Amino acid sequence: MGRYVIRRLLQMIPVFIGSTFLIFLMVYALGDPVAAMFGDRAPDPATAAQIRHDLYLDQPLWKQYPHYMGQIFQGNFGIAFNGRPVTELMSSAFSVTLRLTLVAIVIEMVVGIALGVFSGLRRGRGIDTTVLVLTLVVVSVPTFVSGYLLQFVFGVKWEWAAPTVALDAPLGQLLLPGLVLALVSLAYVTRLTRTSIAENARADYVRTAIAKGLPRHRVITRHLLRNSLIPVVTFIGTDIGALMGGAIVTERIFNIHGVGYQLYQGILRQNSPTVVGFVTILVLVFLIANLLVDLLYAVLDPRIRYA
Amino acid sequence: MRGAVRAKWAVCAGVLALVATACGGGTAGPGGSAVVSASWGDPQNPLEPANTNEVQGGKVLEMLFRGLKRYNPGTGAAENVLAEKIETTDAQHYTVTLKRGWTFSNGEKVTAKSFVDAWNYGALLDNKQKNAPFFQYIDGFDKVHPDNGSATAKTLSGLRVKDDHTFTVTLNQKFSSWPDTLGYSAFMPLPQTFFRDHAGWLAKPIGNGPYVVDSYAKGSVLKMRKWKRYPGSDPAQNGGIDLRVYTDNETAYTDLQAGNLDLVDDIPASQLKNVRADLGDRYLNQPAGIIQTLTFPMYDPRWSKPGAAQVRRGLSMAIDRGQITKEIFQNTRTPATDWTSPVLGAKGGYKPGLCGESCEFNPAKARQLIKDGGGIPGGRTTITYNADTGSHKDWVDAICNSINKTLGDDKACVGNPVGTFADFRNKISAKQMTGPFRAGWQMDYPLIQNFLQPLYYTGASSNDGKFSNPEFDKLVNQANAAPDTRQAVAKFQDAERILAREMPAIPLWYQNGSGGYSDRISNVRLNPFSVPVYNEITVG
Repeated sequence: MGRYVIRRLLQMIPVFIGSTFLIFLMVYALGDPVAAMFGDRAPDPATAAQIRHDLYLDQPLWKQYPHYMGQIFQGNFGIAFNGRPVTELMSSAFSVTLRLTLVAIVIEMVVGIALGVFSGLRRGRGIDTTVLVLTLVVVSVPTFVSGYLLQFVFGVKWEWAAPTVALDAPLGQLLLPGLVLALVSLAYVTRLTRTSIAENARADYVRTAIAKGLPRHRVITRHLLRNSLIPVVTFIGTDIGALMGGAIVTERIFNIHGVGYQLYQGILRQNSPTVVGFVTILVLVFLIANLLVDLLYAVLDPRIRYA
Repeated sequence: MRGAVRAKWAVCAGVLALVATACGGGTAGPGGSAVVSASWGDPQNPLEPANTNEVQGGKVLEMLFRGLKRYNPGTGAAENVLAEKIETTDAQHYTVTLKRGWTFSNGEKVTAKSFVDAWNYGALLDNKQKNAPFFQYIDGFDKVHPDNGSATAKTLSGLRVKDDHTFTVTLNQKFSSWPDTLGYSAFMPLPQTFFRDHAGWLAKPIGNGPYVVDSYAKGSVLKMRKWKRYPGSDPAQNGGIDLRVYTDNETAYTDLQAGNLDLVDDIPASQLKNVRADLGDRYLNQPAGIIQTLTFPMYDPRWSKPGAAQVRRGLSMAIDRGQITKEIFQNTRTPATDWTSPVLGAKGGYKPGLCGESCEFNPAKARQLIKDGGGIPGGRTTITYNADTGSHKDWVDAICNSINKTLGDDKACVGNPVGTFADFRNKISAKQMTGPFRAGWQMDYPLIQNFLQPLYYTGASSNDGKFSNPEFDKLVNQANAAPDTRQAVAKFQDAERILAREMPAIPLWYQNGSGGYSDRISNVRLNPFSVPVYNEITVG
């Protein structure tokens, strides 16, 4: 187990370097960002040159990247163009987005798995078909449609919830955006759980458990569900990373100042320190979430062993 | 006040369905002490006066600072605020006398040194202030801000402190309307703490305007509160302004509709059709000092050869401005008939119709002119714009459509989008344009000079098309040296007539500022820079 974890951690290093380099390359390929800082006015050449020098932009790419990585290993993610250290942006943004992601994950786990078990056990019946159709609808509606729609209905029309989230992002206000963020994944979780449950319901060990005379709820929770959750856990694990980085649309609609907001702002202003810094952290989140998922397999299925 | 309201919202969200009807509606506080919440965008630069070149940072500076002059929010006229008088005999050597009794909100007196130090800071290359070129007319600018290499002087030689309330300014050329430029935010005074504890100042800026910064959560909310001991004649009529950052103007608009926000100053394009129904007379749509043009690359010989002026004028006449401003912009823009802006007023140099028939839609004449001028170079043209912001695609396509219809040729004009604004600007700077391109100009100060000299004078800083005409330059020089505003304006208008003949840039339309507000506040208007006049807003 210990050796497995160390091996996985070592594997992360090339992935980390490769992905940051690619991101750096892509932001770099967008061209020189300094010209956009002056609005419609032509930049003053001397000032522009000075800014380029200070941001290390007057160096070729092969020098910029090692310089940037060197800074990162000293905990310095650079300065955003508006003069704020990127680490400061990160600490405020990630705490907000983390909370939003947790709300979304909890919603998709609780509702998704419950619906999945429910319809999986009643395969082929009316309730199952209804859930399938509903999830199909949810999957096909893009987030910006469901976001604006729910915001308008709950926030403006019925005034049940605040249409936007306040600065400190209290949990109560994150319920609606969390739901919007969770909707698509929720449909996937439902479908995955349903299929898995439906398959395993006819497995030998389930029949044995029933034959032993165990009560039905115990068969479902201890035997059937535990074995059926492996694909679901895999999905949710990768989804954590996707939700944290992919909340751009939701965060914009509900004016949440999290990772998505900073990334959007960074991309719009071609602010390479912000974009590369945030994506670097997201890459780390992805890698660690995946590692945790793999370790969870062993907990769920005792047959799986890591060496 | 808003804090309490927000807490209530949170509770409402928490208990959702239970008490649906009990939630909603704001509580208005008593008259002068209630706080107004307004939409805001994250400023691009640190909030230093000489480093703020866009409207979001400009909003804060308008509340936080008062300078020698201020532009009247209604008429745009430059009026003395801190200046007692600004005197000159030759339009080149100025003596500035300050009024007494002004202090910064930390108690420090506003003196001649506060101005001179601030301007020296803004001009010095080492400080990388984006508005440094505004000090270019002051003697010694080339020393502190050379085009190449590093600065050889730390201070502008043209600035001299005489005593606490007097300083002199020497310009490097005659510039009679120079005092009227001093309302621009780059010319604001700065307290000594700005230089001593720069980081501390940026975290909580200190100025001499009607508001003080209460707290600043960068990227989220800036709370400005009324400065009770403000010595000026325009104190805040409300308790304060909370500027809240919105990434999406749609969201701000939704918040306004939900009663969660008092003031938005940017109505999303998609809502322009509904805004009258939604807000009624709480919708603001008034001229701002912004003009949109299509600039020609005069460095391209195909566009500057003899006869090309006729083609350029012909293209201008092929554009149906009236229809485009009505259909696409819902009358938030007005067809342009000169190269300035209505906010200048007749006295300031705005002259509707100065462009004459060249700016009127006239398909037959347009066809004739383009034919006589040898046709569009290469038989077709592109209009280049940046695709990332501002939804320029719609109107560029409409213009091309109008030109194509006029010429009866589906391929005469096509839009040419450039991915990012930075790339667009880089291409312009590198002189890579092969056809007309989008150009927007937001004035820095309401002077006709600001609409002409930086854009069309030979070698001027924002002369992106590299237009050069000795006659135009001569008239601008004469205008700057003219002894009074009236004569200066007349000379500038003469210069403008050369633009009408040469058409280096097609004037498209004057842009309006837009905004909307809740029924909780009143007395809301926009100044000529399309910034709300925050200090006049009353609550209740």
